[in-house]
Parts: sequence; C-alpha cells; structure tokens
Amino acid sequence: MSLSLSVLLAIALSATAFLMAPRRALNLVSGDRRQLASLPKQFGLSAGLTVFLPAMLIALVGGLGGFSTTILPYIVIAVAVVALVVSVWQSRPDFIARNRAESLITLVLIAASGVAILTTVGIVMSMLFETTNFFQDYNWKDFFFSTEWSPNFRGDSALGILPLLWGTLYISFIALLFAVPIGLFAAIYLSEYAGPRLRSFAKPAIEILAGIPTIVYGLFALVTVGPFLRDYFATPMGFGQSASSVLTAGLVMGVMLIPFVSSLSDDIFNAVPQTLRDGSLGLGATNSETIRQVVVPAALPGIVGAVLLAASRAIGETMIVVLGAGAAARLSLNPFEAMTTVTVKIVSQLTGDTDFASPETLVAFALGLTLFVITLGLNVFALYIVRKYREQYE
Amino acid sequence: MLDHNRMDLEMHTQTKVKISAKDVQVHYGDTHAIKDVNVEIEDNAVTAFIGPSGCGKSTFLRCINRMNDTIDICRVQGDIRIDNEDIYDRRVDPVQLRAKVGMVFQKPNPFPKSIYDNVAYGPRIHGLANNKSEMDQIVERALRRGAIWDEVKDRLHAPGTGLSGGQQQRLCIARAVATEPQVLLMDEPCSALDPIATAQVEELISDLSKNYCVVIVTHSMQQAARVSQKTAFFHLGHLVEYGDTDKIFTNPEDPRTESYISGRIG
Amino acid sequence: MSYPSNSLLRVDDRIRKRNAAETRFKAYGITAIVIAVLALAVLLTSVLGSGLSAFRQTYLTVNVQLPEAKLDKSGVRDPAVMRKVTTIGYASLLRDGLLDTMQDAGITTQMSKKDVAKLISKEAPATVRNHVLANPEVIGTTMTFDLLAQGRIDGFFKGRVTLESAALDGNTSPEALMLAQELKEAGLLETRLNWDFLIAPDASDQRPEAAGLGVAILGSLYMMLVVLVLALPIGVASSIYLEEFAPKNRWTDLIEVNISNLAAVPSIVYGILGLAIFINFMELNQSSPLVGGLVLTLMTLPTIIISTRASLKSVPPSIRDAALGVGASKMQAVFHHVLPLAAPGILTGTIIGLAQALGETAPLLLIGMVAFVREYPAAFSPDAGLFGEASTALPVQIYNWTQRADPGFVERASGAIITLLVFLFIMNIIAIMLRRKFERRW
Ligand SMILES: Nc1ncnc2c1ncn2[C@@H]1O[C@H](COP(=O)(O)OP(=O)(O)O)[C@@H](O)[C@H]1O
Ligand SMILES: [Mg+2]
Repeated sequence: MSLSLSVLLAIALSATAFLMAPRRALNLVSGDRRQLASLPKQFGLSAGLTVFLPAMLIALVGGLGGFSTTILPYIVIAVAVVALVVSVWQSRPDFIARNRAESLITLVLIAASGVAILTTVGIVMSMLFETTNFFQDYNWKDFFFSTEWSPNFRGDSALGILPLLWGTLYISFIALLFAVPIGLFAAIYLSEYAGPRLRSFAKPAIEILAGIPTIVYGLFALVTVGPFLRDYFATPMGFGQSASSVLTAGLVMGVMLIPFVSSLSDDIFNAVPQTLRDGSLGLGATNSETIRQVVVPAALPGIVGAVLLAASRAIGETMIVVLGAGAAARLSLNPFEAMTTVTVKIVSQLTGDTDFASPETLVAFALGLTLFVITLGLNVFALYIVRKYREQYE
Repeated sequence: MLDHNRMDLEMHTQTKVKISAKDVQVHYGDTHAIKDVNVEIEDNAVTAFIGPSGCGKSTFLRCINRMNDTIDICRVQGDIRIDNEDIYDRRVDPVQLRAKVGMVFQKPNPFPKSIYDNVAYGPRIHGLANNKSEMDQIVERALRRGAIWDEVKDRLHAPGTGLSGGQQQRLCIARAVATEPQVLLMDEPCSALDPIATAQVEELISDLSKNYCVVIVTHSMQQAARVSQKTAFFHLGHLVEYGDTDKIFTNPEDPRTESYISGRIG
Repeated sequence: MSYPSNSLLRVDDRIRKRNAAETRFKAYGITAIVIAVLALAVLLTSVLGSGLSAFRQTYLTVNVQLPEAKLDKSGVRDPAVMRKVTTIGYASLLRDGLLDTMQDAGITTQMSKKDVAKLISKEAPATVRNHVLANPEVIGTTMTFDLLAQGRIDGFFKGRVTLESAALDGNTSPEALMLAQELKEAGLLETRLNWDFLIAPDASDQRPEAAGLGVAILGSLYMMLVVLVLALPIGVASSIYLEEFAPKNRWTDLIEVNISNLAAVPSIVYGILGLAIFINFMELNQSSPLVGGLVLTLMTLPTIIISTRASLKSVPPSIRDAALGVGASKMQAVFHHVLPLAAPGILTGTIIGLAQALGETAPLLLIGMVAFVREYPAAFSPDAGLFGEASTALPVQIYNWTQRADPGFVERASGAIITLLVFLFIMNIIAIMLRRKFERRW
C-alpha cells in the first residue's frame, strides 16, 4: 500500500468520525439536542479532527523522515482507526466537544504559523549543508578572498566571490543612485504638492511599475536599454562595445526600485504628524522649507530604513542582471562594461547539467548563503529602524 | 445699524484695531463651518474665543493666518484685514503672512530637534540674524519671553521633545515669538496641560499682550475670564456675541451666551 | 511698486530667494514624476511595439496533393504503416504543392526548388502529417492548406526583416522575399490575426514562427492552483493565530520578525530551497508544476500573511467584544464575525500575492522549469502524480526565448510578456474591484 492511499483512507476515516460522533451523541439523548453539552456540529468537528490530525502528523513526519515505506502506511491507518473508535466512544452527551474541537483547531493554526519558521529553517539548512560540502572541496579563503572567478567543469576552477560581489554592489549602487532621489522626490511631490488630478494619474502609473514582473524589466534591458546605451553612449565615447553592462542593469533596476522607494517613503512621510508641519508652516516657513528642515529630518530614520530595504532588493534581484548585466566576472570601474553578480552565477551554476559532487555546482549554495546573509542583515537592520521609527510617532 | 456704526467709531477712537473680519464664511466641502462672522480685534490685548466644541473657533482662528490653505477642501470667503491689508489678496504670500501672524497649537508640537534649534528655526528661515551671536541673543530673548529660559538654559542642545508637556508648550510659544510676529494666535494652548503648567502659560499670555495682539481659543470660561480683555462667543458657526470680557461674563445680551455661560449648552 | 516696510505685499530679496528655492524644489518633484512616468511609457511601448505582432502570423495558401502511393503503402489506412512516412516525406509534398500552386498562379522564379521550399516553415510538414494521420480519408485527394510561412518571411511582412538584412542572412535571401511579395499580391500569402500563439507549444530554435505559449500557460495555471490551494489556507490560519490567539512573547515576536524577513528574502533563495528540499531531498519531479507551485507558495506566504493580518487588524475590537458578550467562544467570534468581515481584504491580498507569483522567474529557473517542453502536461498522471509532469511557465518561457539566437524570438518573448501583463492586469483589476465593492469605513 502506498502512503498517499493510506492518507486518503485516513481522510475517509475522519469523515466517518465526523458523521458518526454527533449521531451517537444524539442517539444517547434520543434526539433531544438541548441535552447535549455542545452543538452536534462540534461533536463532529472534534471527532473528525481527532482522527485526522494524528494520522496526518505521522504520515508527514514519517514520510519526510524517510521512515520505512512498507510499514508507515499501516501505522497511519492503525492510528486513524484507533482514534476513530476512541473519539466516537467519547461522544457522550456530557462531553464538551467544543473545547476539544477548539484546542485541536488552535493546534492547526499554530502548525500553520510554523510553516514560516520551517521555511526559514529549510532555507538555512539546505544552504548550510551544501555549503559545508563545498568547503570540503574548496578552500574557504579562496572563495571569500580570491579576485578570480573562472569555473572550469574539468576541475581546477577559480571560484572567488569578490568579482561577483563587486558587480552586485556596483549595479545596486547605480540602481539606488537613480531610484532613491527619484522615488523620494516623487513621493514628496505627490503627497505634499500634487493636486488630485495629477495624483490620480501619477500614483497608479508608479504603482504599475511596481506590479511589472522583473523578467519584463530584464527583457527591456536586453532589447531596448542595452543597445541604446551602447549605440549612443558607450561606443561613441569609446567606453566599449557591450550592450550588457553595469549601467544597463543598474538603470533598469533603478526604474524597478522607484515605486518601491516612493511607496515606502510615502508611508514614512505620512507617519510624520501633521502637527509638526503645522508648527513649521505656522512660523511662516514655505512648503519646501518645512519638508527639507522638518519633515525629512523627522522621517530620516524611516527613509534610511527604506533605502536599506531597497538595497537588499537590488542585491537579491536576479532576472534584470541575468539579462542586462552580462556573464563576465570582472573587477572594473567602467560602468559600460559587462559584469556579473552573485545571483547571475547562482543561476548559471545551477541550470543545465549539474553535478552535485563538483565544487562548480556546490559553489552556488555558498553564493546563495552569502547572498542570504547579506540581505538578511540588511533587512533585519532596516526593519528594526523602521519599526523604531513608527513607534516613535504612535 | 446706526447704533452699530457708532460703536465701531467709539472703538476706533479708544484703541487700535489690528484685525478686522467682514462677512467671513468658511466651508469644508459641504459643511458650512463659519457663517457671516464680523469682528474687530484690538492690538495689545488678549481676545478670547469661546463656545461649545465644533462651533468653529479653531476654523476662524486658522483663517487669520491662512492655515486653512493647507486643507484641500476648505474654502474661505469674505474679507479679513490685518492693519487694513486684505490677507486673502491674491498678491499676498501666505508664507509671509504667517511670519507676521504666529500660531501656537493645541498639542505642543516641538520639532524633533534641540531646544535651541526649535527656537532658531523661524529666525533662520526668515533671516533675522546675521551671525551666531545674534542668533544666540534672539533665542535667549525668545526663551525668556516664553518664561522657560531658566528651566532650559543649561540644556539648550537637548532635544525639545524631552521636555514636559507644559515646558514643551512654552517652548512652542517661545518659538512663535522668536520670529517677531505682530499677532499671536493660540488654539487651546492649555488643553493638554496640567493646572500648574496652565497657570504658568496663562501668566505668560497676559505678559505677551503688552507687545502683541493675542487671540486665544479656549474651552474654559474661567480661563477666558482670567486672561482676556475681549471675548467672542461662537455658536454653531455664528459669532453670537462679542464685547468686553467683564460684560460678557456678567451681563450677556444674547440668551445663548447666557445659557452657555451658566452651563446649559456646551 | 513699493510698500511700507511692514506691509504684507512687500517682497524683499530674501523672500524672492526663498520663493525661487520653493519653485526649484517643486521642479525637482515634477522631474522625478516625469521620469518615472516616462520610464513606464517607454517600457510599455517598447514591449507592445515588438510584441503585438506575435499575435499575427503569415500563412501560405497551398494546394497539396496527398497521394496514396506515398502516404499509405498498405492501402488500407493502417495507422502503423502511415506513421512510417516521416515529416521529410511530407516536406517534399508541400514543396511540390507550393511549386504547383505558383505555376497555377503564373508566378515564376529563378530560385532553385529547394530554396523555394524554404518559404514554408519547417513546422508545416508536421502539422500536415498530424492532420492526415487524424483524418485518413483525405489521402488520395488534393487539399488546400494554410501553411505557416518561414520566420524570415513572416518577419519581412512585420518589418523586422528587410531586403538588405536578407542579403546577409543565410536563412533567406532577397529573392525569397521578393517571391513572397509576389505571392502576397497573388493572394496566396497573408499575414493575419492568429491565436495559435496562445495555444501552440514551444518550438525549436529554427522555428520561431511556430513557437507558442500553450504549455507555459497551462503550467502557470497549474502552479497558481497549487499556490492558491496551499498558500491561502495556510496563510489565513497562521494570520488568525498570530493576530487573534498568539500570546505576546519572545516566540511570537520571533515568528513575526521571521515573516517580515521572509517577505524580503531574494526570490532566488527560494529556488535554492526548492532545489535542495523538494527535488534533491524529497525527490519530487524536476520541472513539475507541483514543485514550482510549492516554491511559489513558500514565497507568497509572507505576502498573504502580512495582508491578512492587516485586514484582521482593521476589524474593530468592538465586533469581537459583541460576539464574546453573547457567550461565543473566542474561536467562534473569530470564525463567525471577524473572518467574514476581513474576507474581502484577505482575498485582495491573496490575488496580489498570486499576481506576484505568476510573474516570478528566478526560483523556477533553478528547479528545472527552463527545460524545452512540447507536451501539454496532464494535471494528473499515474506515473508522475498530481501536477507532476514536466512543464514550463509563462515567465520562464519568456526567459527561455530571450536566450535563443533567432531574432524572431524577441517578438515571441515580447508577445508572451503582453500575455503575462494582460493576466496580471486582470488579476489586479479584480483585486481593485473587490476592494471598492467591499470597502468599509469604521
Ligand atoms: N479639516 C476639516 N475637514 C472637514 N471638516 C472640518 C475640518 N476641521 C473642522 N471641520 C468642521 O468644522 C466645524 C468647526 O470645527 P472647529 O473649527 O474645529 O471647531 P472648534 O475648534 O470650535 O471645536 C466642525 O463641524 C468640524 O466638523
Ligand atoms: Mg478646536
């Protein structure tokens, strides 16, 4: 018998319990439901869950834990049958089924919140595991401090992260340089100056930018922005011949980040109490003086948090750099040159033919872990700042 | 009508009129918040606006320095003059007007900056000081006027938000006087303060009236009686009665004023 | 004009400077908005400009003889025998058919027969073969087929290929384009609206004209089903627990911080998770919508939890108190009163989460969804289980096409983006309408 069949059977058993328990309780009081301690529905729910939950738990834990697949299905069914008998037997009129049902539902709710924790644990474990494998084959010092990246599937690769980190940071920096001022000014103008007509048009337009998938930005970089920058800037100015470049990816990523920065800073400006603005205007300050000298300084921690969140976004962005930045690992300052990033290399090392014994594949997990740690650090810090900032005005 | 004119004339002869309002109407969208208000407010005196909450006192007060411009749906009609200049004239810059007509708000609202910077903010944007030592003087003078100098002189660079409520409000008053306004509008300046702080601020208000035209909105009739020379009673957007404080509190003409004073409305 | 020194109308240098600063500041704001809106406009026009033509296709109208001698040597329509004739056999029939058709129309050319045959897409023989195998009765007749024209010919009529570019191109020639033009004038060739792009499966590198989104749309649909079925209940259950029942302690604080961080984890990290856990450890099928759906579920969960908690929070406490006041348990108060009131907000958040998941590419690359798949995946099959058959997905198909050499695929990728954006647009419109309809102010 297969595990999925036994799970289906357990579900059928729990449905049986769901139907039988209220019937038995009602029979014992000859159909007078007022004599029951709980609603008949609650009897059903309590019994059904009593059968369903333990069986599912065993199936899930056993299945994931690699428990013997020949015995496990029978254990699942045995548990379900025992639970069925016990729960129906328990369904006497004085049984407060509601309490049982509600504790079981609470358990389900708690288990659901556990999924988020499990996800994090899964992320960390999966990457840690393969990363340790990687460092058994490859010296960690070379990984973190070597400036050369040239994987070679016949062995003897150089897998230094520094050129990838450089590309990542360079592109993110350009993206932020573009997105932060534009996003901030757009948010300021829309919330403090714009009339309802402009707002009702510009706000949705900026929000649309936020809803566009990154693959679309990637194609935009590849087909439109890259060739444009090459033909009108890089080639005439003698900076190179490449359509994929740091600038291409950075600019397009900047466009992607505009709505992110502007909606975050919009929230943050809105948290600044109106009384502060009134105070400044009441002293005869102009709107811009009020914004620059009162609103922005008051909102500064929040804005810093928003910029850090945007930075973490930029560092973890994949499709735009896959399509716009290029694949060559390079330490260079020329923004018109193709460079590559951590995320691009994760994709290229893990797609196509992968061999989970070779360092060239496993390095992707080390890259992933590095990326995760960097973005996690930024996020925790940024969310902490933003939270503290919000509390200040609550 | 004739009577009214003569009264006007008498006032002119006695004291200088600083603010005069004629037929002022204010709408918030469809809400008619101020209806046909006519009033003349004297210089170098404290004028109190009293009335039940929601009757439009704050709204009218905010008309005087055009703070209502910052509310999109608010529409002001009629004629308000300061020193006989129409403040709603198209050529008037509300920013300049507000430098001349300072305002203190209901809730103390110090900027999240140092005490010094709070007070220096206005003088700085208006360019009242040429150098640091002049600015120091302006700040000190304003804090003294605000009756808070002694309490903060040793921690001028501590954040203004760290002061107690009463101190914060006096800081806000000091901040308002630092720009050398001619009119000082105060919207329930004591409603967030405890009785001791209230007494301090009230004393300060009486003091200020020597140099400024002070208009104060208050919820408390005792306060109006204590600090003001003139009182205006608002009810449902109308200015029901306006006159000497003593007269309003002892011998009101309008029955609505009387019942409010004796505690039947409000 | 000059005014007395204390007049409101006096404008001094300082005021002028401050007003100029104000104007400048506003100009920065307007510039920022213009740049943002312009970026959107350029992005959309560039995609629409190069993608709309994917919904039009060029066809040749050709009379093809289907001789029994060639197509069914058995003469009894034995499928096994008929299958022995490969597409190569059909290709020559199509070539002859095209030459005959041209002759009938009085069109002559200097080109070799082989080059003339190149006008027909390499996909066309397979289409005709499938038609014949499905309808054996047509053997022995002459049928008129609308055959896909080769990608370059198609590109010529869409403005992508020119006579100059064709001269440098090994896959076509200026003569071929001129011939196509003649065929068009004779009414034998037409570029017309066509929905096959949305239905057909992907095609190989040489045949952009035949590549379609059918498999990708199906795959995306399956994944969205998985996400909806898993992420919505899990997300709502955990939000209810965190918002309504959880005690405020270190543990729930941790969960909370954890969820806001998960929402900001780079999506590619979820791909690594999926590869390591679902494929390497649990040994689920690579490229399957099930694994894709699971990965996207984990990715979408934080979004759904955050928006669900916000909707639960917006239900005023007085509602809970009222229910508790008549003797309902906390659980009943939540399920009978709070949850229904929060439902529109939860749905809106879920749709937006789904829209996010629909456009997500990076994690799917790592779990093998870039594979070249031409078979429509079944929702269930005994071998592969539920949603276990190899598939691809809309955004991944787009990525896939951008990696192909033939420039015809740029049009396909842009057309796919239009399709994707239309889906997203519809989802967002539904979300907005839901919000409008059920918006409640307390
Ligand atoms: N920002 C506003 N938007 C809409 N209506 C307002 C606004 N401010 C005040 N009102 C309305 O105007 C009327 C007068 O309010 P207000 O001047 O604040 O009264 P008071 O200060 O005397 O208590 C009230 O009915 C109030 O609802
Ligand atoms: Mg008020």
